[in-house]
Amino acid sequence: MEASDRVSVIFPVGMLGGGFPAATVQRGIELGADAIAVDAGSTDSGPHYLGTGTAKTARAAVRRDLEILLTSALDAAIPLVITSCGTSGTDAGVDWIAEILTSIATEHAMTFRYATLYSELDRDTLHAARAADRIHPLPPLGALDPDTLDRCTHIVGLMGAEPIAEALGAGAQVVLTGRATDTASVAALALRRGLPPGPSWHAAKTVECGGLCTTDPRGGGVLVHIDHGGFTVEPLAEHAACTPTTVAAHMIYENADPFRLTEPSGVLDTSGASYTALDERRVRVTGARFEPAPRYTVKLEGAALAGYETLSFVGIRDPHVVSNIDQWIKIVSDTLAARAESLAGLTERDFQFRLRTYGANAVLGSLEPDTAPVREVGVLLQVRADTQDTATAIAKIANPILLHAPLPGMDHLPSFAFAISPAEVERGAAYEFVLNHVVEVDTPGELFRSVSREAGHV
Amino acid sequence: MSEGATLGEIARLVRSKNAGPFWITLDVFFAEDDDYQRVLRSGTVNRNQVSHLYGVRAGDVQIYELPAIRVIKISFPKPIPQGAFLDNDMHAGQSFLPLARLAVD
Repeated sequence: MEASDRVSVIFPVGMLGGGFPAATVQRGIELGADAIAVDAGSTDSGPHYLGTGTAKTARAAVRRDLEILLTSALDAAIPLVITSCGTSGTDAGVDWIAEILTSIATEHAMTFRYATLYSELDRDTLHAARAADRIHPLPPLGALDPDTLDRCTHIVGLMGAEPIAEALGAGAQVVLTGRATDTASVAALALRRGLPPGPSWHAAKTVECGGLCTTDPRGGGVLVHIDHGGFTVEPLAEHAACTPTTVAAHMIYENADPFRLTEPSGVLDTSGASYTALDERRVRVTGARFEPAPRYTVKLEGAALAGYETLSFVGIRDPHVVSNIDQWIKIVSDTLAARAESLAGLTERDFQFRLRTYGANAVLGSLEPDTAPVREVGVLLQVRADTQDTATAIAKIANPILLHAPLPGMDHLPSFAFAISPAEVERGAAYEFVLNHVVEVDTPGELFRSVSREAGHV
Repeated sequence: MSEGATLGEIARLVRSKNAGPFWITLDVFFAEDDDYQRVLRSGTVNRNQVSHLYGVRAGDVQIYELPAIRVIKISFPKPIPQGAFLDNDMHAGQSFLPLARLAVD
């Protein structure tokens, strides 16, 4: 690939399917964009999506965004890179986006080459790596127990820039990846043109949430120009602005360390970065450094089945019960445990349950600092068991207790407020994140599989 | 600002969010340099205080000062991982409150 003095990338939105004005992408292309990059995944919404290999985004919303990006990129003859397809970046997530991509291509009679890069990992590979002492924990987790690998329903590795750059170099006009670091797409687009890693990775981190580094995060994405001395970022929404503060502040977003960001190939260090306003809406950033790591490491994410859950929710307005809600919860808990055993022979070995008191302290729990009186309380019962049937049986046994449990001294049987019938909602399988580890590799691409495909050809 | 104001009253914004499933991070933004400096000088935000507010080990608490953007940033491992049975807040977006309610000396 020939070197460039500058690479300009459109990052239209923080997540594919999040929505953006089509005109903002067009503006980016008119301003000279060399590529479009967008991320489609995150662990933000919890372990369910990796556990099941399904997406949190609606197909219609993803298709709408993808149609604008694909037609814009092909019209302008610039590449489109989409990372962490399908929320969690499983193989199914990549195939889901690929299927939407090809359906758009067919509808528009477009033909193009695209690459799918898969990052889902099989247990045998990881067991071998663990046995070779090549898997290391990240705080706060400890050494990897082999059973943990076996419990995972899906495990993905976060790819870096190299596999994406390789696919682009092989001629892919669209690259769809499994799980990748949030920054891998923009960094790949810059690094493959010979631009230095400090500005490349820092620019990539700055724009990875689209308009979040601007004064109007919902207005549209950004265009970032990366060169040998640094990068310049500007918003794509006409009314929005990038200021030194909005740009610098993004380095701290959802990031434990505001100065150091670990990537597979090294660490981005922004402690020496400076942010200067070029005018009222563009910011120039210089001074970031990239420290290559002695070992290339791929971070792992894994979700394991944790049981099956059933929910129930009841509202309480009776002032006497509301003002004694802690006592009422204790009565419900004790009664439920006793009846589960006496009626169904189920004990704490078979199930667990929680009662959260919304309106009182459901959100902050014991950390709640406020003691103001409450008017009404919503009580959420969450039951978890090894089978759905057991979880639902417990929720059904709980139903008359949640409906009628009186406080001591009440001379009548109260009835509390269910909004729905039946009161129980089966939530299905519940998952938990169990990996926070890295695996050492000899080459950046060795864990990932790349497939080159043609869209639109009959 | 009057004496005895809370951190949330002095700051422009106090926010919290997960930093991956196993960490939480809190950002305190100040509109004015005087406010930022006043809070730093007060020593109110320290590892022991954060340990007390959030029930975590003081030794696990990281505190960063970013004078260029007038931010104090605090990070520590989540006592309960994101999405675990005991987790009440999938994004940890409401965990800012104990910090915001802290009185600044």
